[in-house]
Amino acid sequence: MATARRSALATMRSLITPEGVDLQIKLADAGTRAAAFLLDVVIIATAAIAVTIVALFGVRGFGTDKLQPLFIVWIIAIFFLRNVYFIAFEAGRRASTPGKRIVGIRVASRNGAGLSVDQVIARNLMREIEVFLPLSIIAGWSGMGVADTLTTVFGLVWALLFALFPLFNRDRLRIGDLLAGTWVVEAPKRTLMEDLSARKDPVAKTFQFSHAQLDAYGIAELHKLEEVLRRDDYFALRAVAETIGRKIGSTPQAHDARPFLTAYYGDLRAHLERKLLLGKRKEDKHQR
Amino acid sequence: MTAPVPGDARRGDAVRQSLASFRREREADWKAFEALLTRVEKRAPRTLSEEELLSLPLLYRSALSSLSVARATSLDSALIAYLESLSLRGYFYLYGARRTLRQRIADFFLHDWPGAIRDLWRETLVSVALMFVGTGAGAWLVASDKGWFDAIIPSSLAAGRGPDASAELLRSMLYDGDNGFLSGFAAYLFTHNVQVAILAFALGFAFAAPTVLLMLFNGCMLGALFQVYWAKGLGMELGGWLAIHGTTELFAIALAGAAGMRIGTRIAFPGELTRMAAAAHAGRVAATAMVGVSVMLLFAGLLEGIGRQTITSDITRYAIGGGLLALWIGYFYLFQVVRNGDR
Repeated sequence: MATARRSALATMRSLITPEGVDLQIKLADAGTRAAAFLLDVVIIATAAIAVTIVALFGVRGFGTDKLQPLFIVWIIAIFFLRNVYFIAFEAGRRASTPGKRIVGIRVASRNGAGLSVDQVIARNLMREIEVFLPLSIIAGWSGMGVADTLTTVFGLVWALLFALFPLFNRDRLRIGDLLAGTWVVEAPKRTLMEDLSARKDPVAKTFQFSHAQLDAYGIAELHKLEEVLRRDDYFALRAVAETIGRKIGSTPQAHDARPFLTAYYGDLRAHLERKLLLGKRKEDKHQR
Repeated sequence: MTAPVPGDARRGDAVRQSLASFRREREADWKAFEALLTRVEKRAPRTLSEEELLSLPLLYRSALSSLSVARATSLDSALIAYLESLSLRGYFYLYGARRTLRQRIADFFLHDWPGAIRDLWRETLVSVALMFVGTGAGAWLVASDKGWFDAIIPSSLAAGRGPDASAELLRSMLYDGDNGFLSGFAAYLFTHNVQVAILAFALGFAFAAPTVLLMLFNGCMLGALFQVYWAKGLGMELGGWLAIHGTTELFAIALAGAAGMRIGTRIAFPGELTRMAAAAHAGRVAATAMVGVSVMLLFAGLLEGIGRQTITSDITRYAIGGGLLALWIGYFYLFQVVRNGDR
């Protein structure tokens, strides 16, 4: 668990607002960003195919004398999909493409100021050497001799260095991010969830805990317990109730696991919050 | 195990009560802020009433202060996560630069674009010089051995032109356009040229070396073609054929190369800034220049696709090409709008 927390901390960056509050942004990890990019590619490819099909139907419908306007519309549409799609969405109010929005990330300026259009353009033009260059090298592979295969491999390795750049730096920056002064952060939309300690449960009222029983755990365990209660999985609740019951010397009935944990969560939180008010933050069960 | 102490539970209850009332009293503000944010993120801020617009910063500050209180006193991690995400959304919205689209476009044409090009003057000179060196080299190579022509210009692009082609063929290439497909050809040229320009720019990242090569090679192709026409006494005519769109197009390509060289050299030699800061600064100037380059290439594509095929007089071609070049130079380097106040 310590390593998990350390790896979570490695992607936290402080963002201090002019009001003096540290908002603690979390950098999006490589997997999330790859997923977002793939979603965007799927959207772009679908749109490109749709435009092409419509253009082909147009040619059949209007005949070949309308070929020129259709060709212009088609080539401009493809051009826009390839170059303008990312720029237009990221320059918008939410600073994220549909793919990024689905996985809950957005682009932000590294210095905390507002994201400007030139930054968005800079980061997206570099996609040319990160994505399209390796792709065109692979596409040009077919029908080549041995000597050309060697040069292709060298070219590909060189191009992949650009594409895999985010894996080699601390802030997970693409080359585009580096040049634009941006990074990609998690910006999930959360809804306000119910306050577990305000839950009214008639059975839970019957449980009473002593000072010593509440001293058994700290904040880290409280947060784990909150997670389990919110997930509300019957078997997990039972297992956790048993473990806690054994530790504090109280054995609830198996079917009472949920009210027992609700009651214990409420009392433990109130207990720890009271300590917090008095200036003592008990991080976990090992801290005295 | 000790028996439950009633007094202890009661003291815990008091804390619980006060935190519950904190949440109860502030919750309406958070919800109102969230609803407003969702609306302004989807639609323009002018859909909000004046009252709502004024309440945005107040609600934002209230959410931030709630976050501070919650972090210090509450152990409800879901609540803190909610407030963090709400405050972050509010921060990004309220502190993001908000200029209307019209203001941005006006700023781009009046200040940002010419400013960025002026900023790149040194790289532009180098880039143009490289093209000239390439042109000279290309012409010299083909003059010394005509086998070079095939090595420099791919046969698909040459379309029958070459050192052995007859003067009539070469002349016909300059003045006969196939008039059936002009604006489609222009659109194709525009998208193709922009893609090349973006590549020239992006490759600059590798310490500018590929960009330098690209500029040299571009010049080489030009030089090779020129030599072939010059040898048949058609140099002036080729000049007109190229000038009508070429002054704009080649200038744009040179600027894209200059933008690429800027980022490459700034990464290699960051100066007093850190490497990251230098790269970020160079990237933003270069990106602005690149938007300008695509505007120029749009002009060039239209001129090449339509103008060149319909205008066949050499003098008119030179006049249009030269006039446009003068226009660009005047716009970039001579025309400076005084900027009032800060941006």
